[in-house]
Amino acid sequence: MQVKRIQTNRPLLNILLIGVLLTAVPWLGLPAFWLSFFYLILYWSVLTLSWNVFSGYSGYFSFGHGAFFGIGIYTVAYMCGQLEMTFLPMVALAGVLSGTAGVLLGALVFRVKRVRGELFALLTLAVTFIIATVVLNTPIDGGPGVYLNSVQVPKLAPSTPATFYLLILIVFILALLISKHISTSKLGVALFAIHDDEDAAEVMGVPTFKTKLVALFISSALAGVAGGIHAVFVSYVTANEVFSINVPLFVVLMSILGGARHWAGPALGAVVITSLQYVFTIGDNALMGKMALGVILILVILFKPEGFLGKRAKANSKKSAKQIADSYGVSLNSTQSTTPTHFHVDHHHHTSLDNSNKKLNKGEVLLTAKDLCMSFSGLKVLQNLNLQIYKGEILGLLGPNGSGKSTFINVVSGHYKSTGGSLSLSGVDISELKAHAIAQQGVARTYQIPRPFANLTVFENTRLVASYARGISLALATPYAIEALEKVGLAQKIDVLPQDLNLHQRKFLEFARALAAKPKLLMLDEVLSGLTPSEIQSAINLILSIKAQGTTILFVEHVMSAVMALADRIAVINYGQLLAEGDPQEVMRNPEVITAYLGKKLDHA
Amino acid sequence: MPSFHLIFQSAVSGLLLGGLYGLIGLGLGLSWGLLGQINLAHFAFVFLSAYLSYQISTTFAINPWWALMILPPAFFAIGAGLHALIRRFRMTPFNSLLLTFGITVIVDALIQWIWTADFRKLESVYSNSKIEIAGIYFPYAESFSFIISLICASAVYWVMKKTDIGKAVRAIAQDPQMSTAFGINQKFITTFLAGTCTALAAIAGICVSLIFTLNPSQLYTWIGVVFAVVMLGGLGSAFGPLLAGMLIGISESITMVFIAPSWAPIVSFTLLIGLLLFRPDKI
Repeated sequence: MQVKRIQTNRPLLNILLIGVLLTAVPWLGLPAFWLSFFYLILYWSVLTLSWNVFSGYSGYFSFGHGAFFGIGIYTVAYMCGQLEMTFLPMVALAGVLSGTAGVLLGALVFRVKRVRGELFALLTLAVTFIIATVVLNTPIDGGPGVYLNSVQVPKLAPSTPATFYLLILIVFILALLISKHISTSKLGVALFAIHDDEDAAEVMGVPTFKTKLVALFISSALAGVAGGIHAVFVSYVTANEVFSINVPLFVVLMSILGGARHWAGPALGAVVITSLQYVFTIGDNALMGKMALGVILILVILFKPEGFLGKRAKANSKKSAKQIADSYGVSLNSTQSTTPTHFHVDHHHHTSLDNSNKKLNKGEVLLTAKDLCMSFSGLKVLQNLNLQIYKGEILGLLGPNGSGKSTFINVVSGHYKSTGGSLSLSGVDISELKAHAIAQQGVARTYQIPRPFANLTVFENTRLVASYARGISLALATPYAIEALEKVGLAQKIDVLPQDLNLHQRKFLEFARALAAKPKLLMLDEVLSGLTPSEIQSAINLILSIKAQGTTILFVEHVMSAVMALADRIAVINYGQLLAEGDPQEVMRNPEVITAYLGKKLDHA
Repeated sequence: MPSFHLIFQSAVSGLLLGGLYGLIGLGLGLSWGLLGQINLAHFAFVFLSAYLSYQISTTFAINPWWALMILPPAFFAIGAGLHALIRRFRMTPFNSLLLTFGITVIVDALIQWIWTADFRKLESVYSNSKIEIAGIYFPYAESFSFIISLICASAVYWVMKKTDIGKAVRAIAQDPQMSTAFGINQKFITTFLAGTCTALAAIAGICVSLIFTLNPSQLYTWIGVVFAVVMLGGLGSAFGPLLAGMLIGISESITMVFIAPSWAPIVSFTLLIGLLLFRPDKI
C-alpha cells in the first residue's frame, strides 16, 4: 500500500505544482499578446483532454465534440449576451447542459448493440449539424451571430487577457487532474477494457452502458465549460465558426499525436499543434497550416498510431503492477507452479461417481433453465430446454457441434437475451438481467478462444474482473487478483501483456479472471481444447480445486476422457433440447445419445 | 397553405436532388459495407472531381460530359492507390477513417489554394434549360444526374448479382479468409472495388458541378445528409441509397415549402435518429 500511494500521488502533486507556477505568469509583465497565446494553448488542451477522457480511453471516437463545446458557447452567449445573466454561474450551467446533452446522445446511440466505433463517430458528427441548424434557426443565434462585448467578467488579474488566462488555467488543471485520476481509477480501467473487448467486459461484470455514459458526461461537461469561457474570450460567436469541422479535427489530431491512452498525451499534442498552427498563421499561411495538419495526421496514423506517449503509458503500468504485487508479498521470480506432480484419471473418476448420485437426488438447485428458448431470426438454437444445475457439482454439458451448448452459456451469461422461457439462479430470476448484473450475481465464464483485454496487463485484467464482479474497489480487489493468478500459476507473468502469453497461459488467464470473481457458477467453454496432455492434466487439477472451494461448474468439453473424469453428472443436448441427463456412464450408454453423435446403425434403417 | 402545384414541383425537385444524394452514397456505402472502410475522403473526391469538371469544361469550352470520359478512370486509379496504402499498413477500419479524414483536410486545402474560396459556377448549355411536363419543370442538369444515378445503381446491381466479380466481392465481404481459400484473388477484387467506388465519386462530382455553384465549404455540408442516406439505405446495397436519397430529398423539399429552407438540413438526421429510436435493429 505504501508503494502504491507514492505512485499515484506524485503526479497529482506535480500537476498542482505546475498549476501554482503557471498562476504567476500574468504578473511577469508579458505583453497581452503572449497571454492570449498561452490562453489558446490551455484552451485547446482542455478541449483535447475532455475529449480524451471518453473517446481516447474507451476507443469510441467522437466527431461531435464541436457539438458539446458549441452548446457551452451558446449557453453563455444566450444567457449572458441576450439575457444579461452573471458570467461565472452561466459557465457552470454550460457544463451541466453540455454534459446532459452528452448523456442523452449516449443513451440514444448506445441502445443499439451494433453501434460500434465508426457509427458512433458519424452519428456524433451528424448531431453537430443538427444543433448548428437549431441554433441558426432560433433566437439563440438567428443567423447574424451574438456579440458578447458587454459581458462583465470578474477581475482576477491586472488585465482582461490575464483574467481569461487564469480562468482557463483553473479549468486546465482540473481537466488534467480528472484525466489522471480516471486513468488509474476503476472507471478508467473499465473504459480501457471497453476499448479492447466490450462484450467480454460486460459479461465479466462491467456495466458498459453506464460506464460509457458517466465518462461521456464528464467529457462533454468539461468541453461545455471550456466553450463557455471561450465564448466571452472571442466576444463574438457565429454558428458557422462554432460548429465547424475544426474542433473535432483538432482534438482528434492532438490526442492521437500525444497518445490517447496516456492521461497527459492530449495536453502534449495540444501544445505542439497549437504552436505549429500559430507559426503558420503569423506567416500568413493558414492554408499551408491546414495542409500540414492533414499530412501530420496521416503520418501519425501510418507510423505511430499509439502517439508520442503511447509507449511510455505501457511501461508505466507494467511497473506499478509489479510494485503492487511486491507490496502484497508476491514474489514474481519464484518458480511457484500448480502443475500437479501426477494425476490419475481413474482415481478421480470413481470418487466423482460416488458423489454424483448424491448430488442428483439431494443437491440444492443453483440454476434452473425452464423452457428456455433462443432463436436467431427464425433459427431455433435452443428449443424449450429444461436443465437444472445443482449446487457444488460439476455438470458436463455435451452435444454434437451446433447443438446449442455455447449458445446456452451465452444466454446464461446474459450475452444473448433468451427469446422465451426463464432462467433462475438460487431462486432469483436472471433472464431479464443484463450481462454485467448476472456476473455480479455470481456467474462467470471462460471463452473457448481466450479474450483477454489486450492492452491491460495480466494483473489488471484479473483485478478489473475481481473488482466489478464482486462490486468492490480496485484496491480491495488486488489481493483476490493476486491470489487467483498464483492459483493458476501465472504469478510470474503478472506484469506482462496478454500478447506475451502462450495459448496455455492465456487459457489460464481466463481461469484466473473467472476465479478472481469468486463465482457461484463457473461456466467453462472448451477450456481444454488445443492443450497438450500435460497441460490438460494441470487444467483438470485446477478445475477440481475450484470445485473443492465450493464453486459449481458447468463444463462444455469435447475431450471425453476429461469429461468422464471430472463430471459428477452429464447432460446431453441436441437441436437445443435436452436429450439425456444423469450419471456419466449411463448417459454415454444411452442409445439416443449414441445416435446423436454417431448416427443410426444401418440395420436399424 | 402552399398551392398544390408548388408542393408537387418541390417534390419533383427533391426527388431529382435525392438521386444525387443516392449517387454519392452509392460509392460510400459500397466501400463501407463490402470493404469495411469508411472513406471520408469520398466527399473530398466528389468535390475535387466537381472542380476538375468545372475547370475542364471552362478551359477547353467543351461539353461537360467529356469530363465523364476523363475523370472516372483517373479517380479509379486514385482510389485503387489509396486502397493499396490501407492494405499495405493493415489498417483497422477506424484508422482508415482517420486516414481519410486527413486526406479530406488536405484536398480541402488544395481546393481552396487552387480555386480560392470564391464561388464557381459551371456555365454550360444545360445550365438554364428545362423541360416542362404538365406544368412541372424538369431542369436538364438535375434530370440528367438523376438518370445517371439510376444507371449507376442498376449497373452496380447487375455486376453484384450476375457477374463473377460481383459474386467474389460478396464472398470476400462475408468471409475474407474462406473466400481466399477458395481461390478468390482478394487483393485484385478489393482494389478493383475500391477503385470503382472512387470512380463513382468522380461521376457524382461531375453531376454536382452541373447543378451547383461550387464552394470549398460545401464539402462538409454534404457529409451529414449522405451518411444518413447510406445508413437508411443499407450498407453495400445498390438501390438502397438511391431510394433513401429520394426519400430524404422529397422530405427536405417538402420541409422547405411548409416550414423554411433553413430547416432542411435537419430532416435527414431526424429521419436517421427516428430510425435509431424506433427500429434500432435496422441500422
